[in-house]
Amino acid sequence: MTSTRVEPQPSALAGGASGSVRRRRAYRQERNGPFFWVGIVILALIFVIPLLWMFLTSFRTVEDSRRIPISLIPDQLTLRAYKLLFADEQNPVFTWALNSLMAAVGHAVLVLVVASMAAFALARMKFPGQKVIFGIIIATMFVPGFIFLMPNYLMMDRLGWLDTLIALIVPGAAGAFGVFFLRQFFLAIPRELEESARVDGANSWQIFTRIILPISKPGLVTLGVLAFLGNWNDFIWPIFVLFSPERLTLPAGLSTLQGAYNIDYPVIMAGASVAAIPVLILYVFVQRYVIEGVATSGLKG
Amino acid sequence: MSATATTARTKVDPAVDRPAGRLRVHAWFTPYLFLLPYLALLTTFVLVPAVFGIWVSLHDWDFMLPNKPFIGLQNYVDLFTPDSVTFPEFWNGMKATAIFTVASVPFLVLIPLGIALMLNRVFPARSLLRAMIFAPFVLGIAVVGVLFRYLLDSQFGLINWFLGLFGIPPVGWTQTQPWAWVALVGMTVWWTLGFNAVIYLAGLQGIPRDQYEAAAIDGAGSFARFINVTLPGLRNILVFIITTTVLASANMFGQAYLVTNGGPGDSTRTAIMVMTQEGLRAFKMGSATAMSYLLAICLAVVSVINFMVLREREGGK
Repeated sequence: MTSTRVEPQPSALAGGASGSVRRRRAYRQERNGPFFWVGIVILALIFVIPLLWMFLTSFRTVEDSRRIPISLIPDQLTLRAYKLLFADEQNPVFTWALNSLMAAVGHAVLVLVVASMAAFALARMKFPGQKVIFGIIIATMFVPGFIFLMPNYLMMDRLGWLDTLIALIVPGAAGAFGVFFLRQFFLAIPRELEESARVDGANSWQIFTRIILPISKPGLVTLGVLAFLGNWNDFIWPIFVLFSPERLTLPAGLSTLQGAYNIDYPVIMAGASVAAIPVLILYVFVQRYVIEGVATSGLKG
Repeated sequence: MSATATTARTKVDPAVDRPAGRLRVHAWFTPYLFLLPYLALLTTFVLVPAVFGIWVSLHDWDFMLPNKPFIGLQNYVDLFTPDSVTFPEFWNGMKATAIFTVASVPFLVLIPLGIALMLNRVFPARSLLRAMIFAPFVLGIAVVGVLFRYLLDSQFGLINWFLGLFGIPPVGWTQTQPWAWVALVGMTVWWTLGFNAVIYLAGLQGIPRDQYEAAAIDGAGSFARFINVTLPGLRNILVFIITTTVLASANMFGQAYLVTNGGPGDSTRTAIMVMTQEGLRAFKMGSATAMSYLLAICLAVVSVINFMVLREREGGK
């Protein structure tokens, strides 16, 4: 799997995850004692139980979710919460899910297109002003995002993008992370590949689309998933730029739901499950990429 | 990748292969064309807003009113004038942010390190466990927030039920202090711990095996190996984790917004909550932007101090 390996970023992980480490031979790992196993089991429970509880509660009746003392085993399972949720015109969960999906896919695609083009120029070409441009891009990564909240809100107002999905798709694509991430990937591609294509008469666009992009698929998938997840889960921006009930995304809708169904935990947990299940499923499939993406370039937090 | 490289290389006709010199590669404007879409976005949504924000902060910029008179540094002066309208709220928010940051960072630095050390061992189902621990982070604060609101419910919450098994009376997690802070820090640790743990794991795997072997041969026990091999090997990772975790904690918003709603009293109303309330709910953009720039300056100062302290220690060793 060497091809999926991203070069560790010098600033973030200097001296960190370099080289491939083969575990085996010599120095024997210590045996895992009973304390270790107890620790691991407790750890696993701490991470699994809350999520299981969320799913389980979403199939309970209101009375069951508010019983004292708590009944761990539900007396009956019902789809009531989901039925209520999908029929509620004030809180159109299905529309929210669709909005979330469109925004997240749109955002991920835009990030991939724009960032890969910029990263290609920065990684594979030499031109005047290159260092300055790259410097500016990197510098923007160190500015806290909240200072853009107010000015970008005003910007959305001027552009007429308030209360639209475009407001969720476009501004975030200006983030530097994608460019930085893909540039690292593109830098690792051997020069000979490109030179031979040039000799064969390929122009820059052809080199970009036929050589660079296809061999960078793992990097593109990783970035695409991270961009999708980031957008799907974004909370602070959507709750302020979206107002109409039918325009909300799932995270923004969840806070409305919490207000509307104050005491009806099954409905709120059903809403949370609807928001959680797609990303958990996606995560199961691309887990390796996500973890690797974070590990090698964990600059997002 | 290497396979593709070799096939491609064999295609090169030696006769066409240029001597040393560079190929005439592309027109001078080509790189700029490739950069254009991204730079257009960067300019519109990052560079211009950053400057525009400063401009806004120098005005009495009420989004709802037609006149936005220029008032110079007044918005900033107000934030330092105890009897101004914005002063008490802003500093209350800064205090809440500071409390949360100071309380959460040690846990978010130490617990993930312990977990990474456990997960770095070889045992069955290791990757499953890694996946489980990292899963909450992909969920986003909205899901985690409403979930914990239920788990922390003083009457019907699973957490109080569990504590009840040990004879602990119900805790009013969201209504009383210091329990509200305990709850917010705890849920944040649960939510984001996997992120730091994965970064530590990457770091641990970068420490050469033979260093452990050498230490073991010298008779170092597991604790000595941790102090002398693991910690020095993780130095850069530690700097990175501490810096990013401090910044992430200082950005806290969703947890308090969804779980405690800033309460009890205004004790968990963080700086970001205060400024979004001021700017995006009351539409007083001028004072809100001034707040955000002031917070940004404070964070920059903290980062520099943090960096210098960690640097110093590195130089001392």
